[in-house]
Amino acid sequence: MTFSLTNLANPTRFLNFAGAVIPWLAVLTAILLGVGLYQAFFVAPADYQQGETVRIMYIHVPAAWVGMGCYVVIAIAALGTLIWRHPLADVAAKAAAPIGATFTFVILVTGSLWGKPMWGTYWVWDARLTSLLVLFLLYLGLIALWQAIEEPGRAGRAAAILALVGAVNLPIIKFSVDWWNTLHQPSSVLRADGPTIDSALLTPLFVMGGAFLALFVLLHLIAMRAEILRRRVRVLQQTQVAQAARA
Amino acid sequence: MKAALALIRRDIALAFREGGAIGVALGFYLVVIAIAPFGLGPDLNLLSRVAPGLLWIALLLAALLSADRIFHNDYEDGSLDVLAMGTLPLAGVAASKSLAHWITTCVPLALLAPVLGLLLNFPIHTIPLLVLAMLVGTPAVSFIASIGASLTLGLRRSGLLVALLVLPLYVPVLIFGVSTISAAVTGPGSPWPPFLMLCAISLASMVLAPLAAAAALRTGFR
Repeated sequence: MTFSLTNLANPTRFLNFAGAVIPWLAVLTAILLGVGLYQAFFVAPADYQQGETVRIMYIHVPAAWVGMGCYVVIAIAALGTLIWRHPLADVAAKAAAPIGATFTFVILVTGSLWGKPMWGTYWVWDARLTSLLVLFLLYLGLIALWQAIEEPGRAGRAAAILALVGAVNLPIIKFSVDWWNTLHQPSSVLRADGPTIDSALLTPLFVMGGAFLALFVLLHLIAMRAEILRRRVRVLQQTQVAQAARA
Repeated sequence: MKAALALIRRDIALAFREGGAIGVALGFYLVVIAIAPFGLGPDLNLLSRVAPGLLWIALLLAALLSADRIFHNDYEDGSLDVLAMGTLPLAGVAASKSLAHWITTCVPLALLAPVLGLLLNFPIHTIPLLVLAMLVGTPAVSFIASIGASLTLGLRRSGLLVALLVLPLYVPVLIFGVSTISAAVTGPGSPWPPFLMLCAISLASMVLAPLAAAAALRTGFR
């Protein structure tokens, strides 16, 4: 059996695959999180300006990578639903939305905890914060649409359309919010002229980034497995009801 | 093209004959603006400062509350199925119905805005620009609302859901709509760059939103 997305389209095969991968991934996530958190809280030096609050960054920045990357996952899954009718695509998108919303919430919370000592206020209407808040609202909209439509097939396609509409709009929203107001420091890790952070701070950051990525994949696989099983239970219940009605 | 024009004419005629459809949106707009000073205080300087934002937000809400009219009635009585089988592509149907919504809801709202602006001590010499910006920006409002309306077709509590889905997408319209007017009132800078962005957003949503709305309508049929 070759490993490909087409192969995994079979839910049973996917469940086997997920069942085999999840324990290993859980161990990997635990190790990475353990090492990353240890480095972040005990090894990495405190910043000369920000003091100990710089450690919030080790949660905040990886959460931001995952929270935004999660929307990309949903958008790709939406294409899979609408174009190829990949049967697991809308399961993937549906499972990813609450995880993305949670990570985005973590970004907003850690950001405002950092903002209180640094900027003197929990919340400022700055461009990055505002566009992340809009991203959070888009996640909530997706989740609400999934819950509002009862039939899973229709819900999946409707949410896929909404996800793509959101994907087209996000750059526009980002641009217009930047126009509106900006205070957040510019990106300091992914830059053309190399990162402006010292490597003593950067290594734990990347370990935490890897840990959050592994955590996301792990949570996503577990949520997808739960969603597939939930749909099976639903079908079983419907058959039972149909049989009871016939009898 | 003929079919699209006929559909637009039919929707406008229905909106006028239905009675109350347009009036309710206008009344809602008036009420929201009228209660704002009770929350903000009667200080005319403050009111004139927040007037552009208030006028835009109330307009978005009023337009959004009537958004379910775009498809809902035709979905209920089955005409939407007939339209889907007709010669006009479904995206064309969505575009015509959004345009009819713009003509019957957003244009009256934009024309009412100057009167409400006077209540908020909005400077009179910028009123033509206010109306112009609203007329130019509101096609985006109607067309994006049609996406929300088509996604939630036939669902319970669809009104609140549409607001949750669509309001975040209105952020650019709101930003450029308000900054056009506040640039003209207080400066700094010229009102035209945000005005042109508003035009661009409207044009882009007039092209793209009907495609999304048509795809969403198809999910409802199956």
